[in-house]
Amino acid sequence: MSIGTLATPLDAAAGPARAGGRSRIWRKFLRNPAALSGALILLIVIGAAIFAPYVAPHEPTRQSLIRRFTPPVWAAEGNATYPLGTDQVGRDILSRMIHGARVSLIVGIAAVLVSLIVGVTLGLLSGFLQGRVDTVIMTVVDVTLSFPQLLLALAFVAALGPSLVTIIIVLGLTGWERYTRVVRAEVLALREKDFVEAARAIGASPVRTLLRHLLPNTFSSIIVMSTLQVAQAILQEAALSFLGVGTGSAYPTWGQMIALGRDFVSVAWWLPTFPGLAILLTVLAINLVGDRLRDALDPRVI
Amino acid sequence: MFTVLVRRAVRLVVVLVGVSLVTFAILHVSGDPVSLMMPEAPEADRAALRLSMGFNDPIPVQFVRFVGNVARGNFGNSFFHREPALPLVLERMPTTLLLTVLAMVLSLGIAVPVGIVSAVRRNSTFDHTATLVVFLGTSMPVFWTGIMLILLFAVQLRWLPVSGWESWAALVLPAITLATFSTPLLLRIVRSSMLEVINLDYVRTARAKGVSEWFVICRHALTNAALPLVTVAGLQFGLLLGGAVITETVFAVPGVGRLIVGAIRQLDFPIVQAGVFLLALIVVVVNFAVDMLYIYLNPQIRVR
Repeated sequence: MSIGTLATPLDAAAGPARAGGRSRIWRKFLRNPAALSGALILLIVIGAAIFAPYVAPHEPTRQSLIRRFTPPVWAAEGNATYPLGTDQVGRDILSRMIHGARVSLIVGIAAVLVSLIVGVTLGLLSGFLQGRVDTVIMTVVDVTLSFPQLLLALAFVAALGPSLVTIIIVLGLTGWERYTRVVRAEVLALREKDFVEAARAIGASPVRTLLRHLLPNTFSSIIVMSTLQVAQAILQEAALSFLGVGTGSAYPTWGQMIALGRDFVSVAWWLPTFPGLAILLTVLAINLVGDRLRDALDPRVI
Repeated sequence: MFTVLVRRAVRLVVVLVGVSLVTFAILHVSGDPVSLMMPEAPEADRAALRLSMGFNDPIPVQFVRFVGNVARGNFGNSFFHREPALPLVLERMPTTLLLTVLAMVLSLGIAVPVGIVSAVRRNSTFDHTATLVVFLGTSMPVFWTGIMLILLFAVQLRWLPVSGWESWAALVLPAITLATFSTPLLLRIVRSSMLEVINLDYVRTARAKGVSEWFVICRHALTNAALPLVTVAGLQFGLLLGGAVITETVFAVPGVGRLIVGAIRQLDFPIVQAGVFLLALIVVVVNFAVDMLYIYLNPQIRVR
């Protein structure tokens, strides 16, 4: 049972025993209002990111000095053409936020893929081979855990030169150790089980045993962890952009919008506020979905 | 007990060598440290610098030299300040540690009582509200929280200063900002570790013999729930230092984080390396101390 459930007591009465595993998981997932609203927000953000050029009302980089510092539409001097107002050079905040969703989602998902490949491979090797390989890999994990992740990412992105690819790789290579630890622990726990013994007995090669019999058993924890890491990677990308080692391009990102808006916070509160809300809502939605997935995928909770 | 200590100490040294390797890699990962240090200099100057800094030697030789220098506290001179990098970082360390410790104390002060009540009154309105706040807290970017607090308390209400570190009032917003980042994570741990012990047999026995409910919770349940909390609080310390880097930048707090961020903009890599290494060193030492405390608190390991 996860710690942060918003679950209702209804969960206890899960579907009929005959229902297949997957549909049971879906039903458990969908019955939770928090997870459902999270999924909905996520769909909207993903839609905005994919169709950004079509749904954004203005060009995100188009400046208009006459229109600078237009407040949001509900304020006294608001203007319906710019629903969330304009920034210090008259660019439309809403349009920039819609385009910014692209960077956040790309970095979030791609960085997690990098972490997954590195972390899961090392975890499998560590747990399966044990011995010296295990010692070396776990020492590397300890070293990685010694650094504040953001600080390390900051230093390496700066050294390699800010770009989208650099950010993805650096965030991916500083966030893999969680998978290694969990996959290793699960492989260690499973390798003595009967089904692994049986696979070995019928002549399955070690590689086949590892990939076909051990790896699938770690999927549910991996899915949950990677969902939650997407949320963290989005926060970290925003922090890097905020600290000035972002994507290195003029394309808007949420973190960069907040960084630019900070200097004008006393004259135009909406500049840093809305992009921050976009981050908050997106990350919250992913966290809600991830937490609910954890409960739905946990075979111990039925 | 003794062998455990020795094994941990060996591990500590190995991890420190690994930490130096990563710190070393910051300057060398791009392939050419000289173009990183002086991007616009003519080739002749670069070659001279390369020679004087020993960048032409094989990488392993350079690394051994780097470790030797680090062991003597020498990270080279700051390009910008033109003086040794380490003292510049050390000078600002108390500020960062003060901020971090303040936030940690604040976090524990909120997370422990709220987490206990959440666990004891599981599924109550209080518990659900606390869970919701945890979700919100873990989803907010630290720097944005800081800016929103500035907007509310410094710009609108004018109760507290916008930035700086001169008065105690100036510490309030940075400490709260950093605490909003760490409190939710600690609260989760307090709640879940309390839930794990609260229904165990020995707690039920204590209740059965008529001990008052709060005594059961504080004396019997909490002491056992403390173990995971100590570990997580130690691990949190690294995260918190990372958060401090951002918080210092938002509030212009003159700490190590702000120094490093500034140094990164000026490509002042000795400062970056010294700062990153020292912060990692603190995390390693804190985790070592936590390990020791864990051994001390856990009778199962102590006896062995």
